[in-house]
Amino acid sequence: MLQRLFKFKGGVKPATNKAPSVQAPLRIAPIPPLLVVPLHQSIGGQPTPLVEVGDRVLKGQPIGAADKWVSAAVHAPTSGTVIAVEERVAAHPSGLLTLSVVIEPDGQDEWIERHSLDHASLEPERVREILRDSGVVGLGGAVFPSHVKLTPAASVPMDELVINGAECEPFMTCDDLLMRERAEGIVRGVAIFRDLLRPKRVLIGIEDNKPEAVATMQAAVEALGENFEVVAVPTRYPAGGAKQLIRVLTGKEVPASKRSPEMGVQCFNVATAYSAWRAIAFGEPVISRIVTLTGNVEQPGNWEILLGTPMQEVIALAGPKADTNRFVMGGPMMGFDLPDLSAPVVKATNCIIAGSPTLFPPPAPEMPCIRCGACALACPHELQPFELYWFSRSRNFGKAQEYNLFDCIECGCCSYVCPSHIPLVQYFRFAKSEIWSRERDKNMADAAKARFEFRNERDEREKAEKAERLAKAAAAKAAEKKPDLPQAAPEPVETPTVDAEAAKKAAIAAAMERARLQREAAQPKNTDGLTIAQRKEIAEIEKRRAPLQAQQQAKPNAEGVQTQNSPKDQQ
Amino acid sequence: MTHYLFIIIGAVLVNNVVLVKILGLCPFMGVSKKLDTAFGMGAATTFVLTVATGASYVIDHLLLAPFGLEYLRTLSFIVTIAAVVQLTEMVIQKTSPLLHQVLGIYLPLITTNCAVLGVPLLNVANKYNFLESLVFGAASAIGFSMVLILFAGIRERVDGADVPVPFRGVAISMVTAGLMSLAFMGFAGLDKYQ
Amino acid sequence: MLTAILIMALGAIVLGSALGYASIKFKVEGNPLVEKIEAILPQTQCGQCGYPGCKPYAEAIAEGEADINKCPPGGMEGVRKLADLLGREVKPLDAEEKPKQLAIIDEQLCIGCTLCIQACPVDAIVGAAKQMHTVVESLCTGCELCVKPCPVECIRMEPIAEKIDNWKWKYPVFEIKPATRAA
Repeated sequence: MLQRLFKFKGGVKPATNKAPSVQAPLRIAPIPPLLVVPLHQSIGGQPTPLVEVGDRVLKGQPIGAADKWVSAAVHAPTSGTVIAVEERVAAHPSGLLTLSVVIEPDGQDEWIERHSLDHASLEPERVREILRDSGVVGLGGAVFPSHVKLTPAASVPMDELVINGAECEPFMTCDDLLMRERAEGIVRGVAIFRDLLRPKRVLIGIEDNKPEAVATMQAAVEALGENFEVVAVPTRYPAGGAKQLIRVLTGKEVPASKRSPEMGVQCFNVATAYSAWRAIAFGEPVISRIVTLTGNVEQPGNWEILLGTPMQEVIALAGPKADTNRFVMGGPMMGFDLPDLSAPVVKATNCIIAGSPTLFPPPAPEMPCIRCGACALACPHELQPFELYWFSRSRNFGKAQEYNLFDCIECGCCSYVCPSHIPLVQYFRFAKSEIWSRERDKNMADAAKARFEFRNERDEREKAEKAERLAKAAAAKAAEKKPDLPQAAPEPVETPTVDAEAAKKAAIAAAMERARLQREAAQPKNTDGLTIAQRKEIAEIEKRRAPLQAQQQAKPNAEGVQTQNSPKDQQ
Repeated sequence: MTHYLFIIIGAVLVNNVVLVKILGLCPFMGVSKKLDTAFGMGAATTFVLTVATGASYVIDHLLLAPFGLEYLRTLSFIVTIAAVVQLTEMVIQKTSPLLHQVLGIYLPLITTNCAVLGVPLLNVANKYNFLESLVFGAASAIGFSMVLILFAGIRERVDGADVPVPFRGVAISMVTAGLMSLAFMGFAGLDKYQ
Repeated sequence: MLTAILIMALGAIVLGSALGYASIKFKVEGNPLVEKIEAILPQTQCGQCGYPGCKPYAEAIAEGEADINKCPPGGMEGVRKLADLLGREVKPLDAEEKPKQLAIIDEQLCIGCTLCIQACPVDAIVGAAKQMHTVVESLCTGCELCVKPCPVECIRMEPIAEKIDNWKWKYPVFEIKPATRAA
């Protein structure tokens, strides 16, 4: 079998630094004393929390439900008690907070009831639902919900299914170890994907700096009698980018305006395939992932870590050396500095690198662009980073978009080769988030305008209706005044009106009384289960409020007038 | 035919209105911040200048020359151009709102554009006939638009570049314009057969 | 001399009447510029520019009555865009530039008077007479129009907090300092 390989444009060859972390076998990390599981771990909708404070959860129990099609569920990584559902630091470059479920493990690690299923006997739709509810997302780092990608395009027949084991980022070896130790599971997972998408060929691409992984995968494919092709691809960053790997293996170039299914190709990470198999065949949702701990540490290696484990616990496993001054989540090319080590491991956490001034020397100062064009040669997407850089710098975002800023995958090749040490990717990230923010503002403005216009229209209409009503009433009065018109006994009509009004007043008074009682009854619930800080805050507010309330009580008449006036104003 | 070709090349490159004749500098500096606006201005000027050369030729030959009133040329040309611009704006606004959106705000600016006055006067000086005047007018306008668009493109780039602080803004624009003018001197001599 | 005067007068009359005729014949209702200006304005309908809404302000700008620097919610960015569109000079904003804000009703203090509901230009406050009111955060434009009418001063404006959803990458600065965090 001779596989013809293609080349993608650009790319760089940084030192791989993978050797230290592949020496040790895959190890399973102990359960930490506290798990902080963010609910929003994948691209798409924010899952809604399913548990409350004080609930006991079992290992694998859903704690966040997918709220729409492009979304994935989140599960409890072990059994224990939910001690908080609150905003906690996220594993995000901003270090901001995100809604998380905090679980105190009970150490029993008790599984929820699991069902082992055979995907061949299930409807494809059902399989996709199971994957969504098991929280299977792209574990290569993009965390896009996998079930969405497993829906074949209606118009284009699926030619190739590409399985991404390239792992091109330096330092990172989590996929390598997974392929070496759990090749069978991966191949079985790929079979699930194949049955859902029905491609003509299945290609497993692995960079040729991982010969062991290629061999074990090859053996597993043969052992299971599958016809998948395991292909060693040349080592060149970013061969593991979806579009690049597709290009290398199939020769197909996915255009900017299209997604790969429209070209008859779909691409998944090996770890995703493995987790899909666990989800279907064992009923085990995604509650852990393999993380490479490497860099400036005593014991580099790969660990299977429960999602939600705080970073400091994880880092302690590897033992960072004394001169470690920063921690990078992700690889050195695309990763980001962790702003806070209490952030948890999430589905996107594939690698944590401890950095020291010797390992990652501080970046040289940025110098002016000399128009050498090295970045354009290195760009795997054939963009012109120098153009994008000038436009991003001068905040000419429209132009930057014209030069296809949004096709940039932020791989970092351009920054890597830049002789002037310009942090190009940072400029692109800045430009992208500015553009997104402007789009949000624009949408907000449009919505506000529509609502404002609707409100004006409604005001006009109400005014017209009121005028009409008044005119009618006036006409009726005029008609009443005419003596020659016979009146249908005015007196009996009048008494019920008075009665009705009295009844209405009584009803209102009763309603207010009820509301007051309700308020009083409801009051304590609000202040239940508050933290000390919150209680303090409330006490302060009450103190501030006291004079105001006294004032209000002092002149109840004024308030009475106010409340009586209000319904009239509303008309 | 070659005669007209020479007029066109002469007007667009060799004797470019902006860079060689140094006419119409206000829009050249003022409306060249963005490529899009430069395109709009260029299109509007091309349109107006062509019409203005025709109109002023008619005025000059039918109204001024027969009565020996050539000394009123400048005055009457200004009035004619202003009226033509106003009229054009109104007609465009009514007939083609889309074109008006593109040219709209630039049209009034052209009224005070010295290139638009200069070209009809040059026509007279060169003793061009009606067709020649039109060709010269259109070619000058194309030369103007071309330079304007080139300049806007350069300025957009300069915006993002590391310009030394004392040169930022108008200073670097002036330097750029000077360099462009120097470059256009390279065309001098192309029309020696004319 | 007389001929000159006559010719010029004739020219003036002809051109003048042509323009006059054209202005009647080709009269266009509305100014397409207004739409473009309005598209730049932030549509908060806050009236801080002195006009009752974004559209009237856009009209005033198009007519040349109003300056382009009267819109605080639009900020300097908005002024720059307007200057770009209209070919005018960029001017400093005529007010203090504030971060985007959100109205928040202190629900404990609210007496349910509905005054703020009537003041809100985008119907972003829900509630009924004698019932507690609340602001629908996603619809609030931060126009501050509800703050004044409240008789018990229970509405306050708060800058929109930075969340992961609206967090932005910062403009790259020289020398990215490595985090000085103990291992």
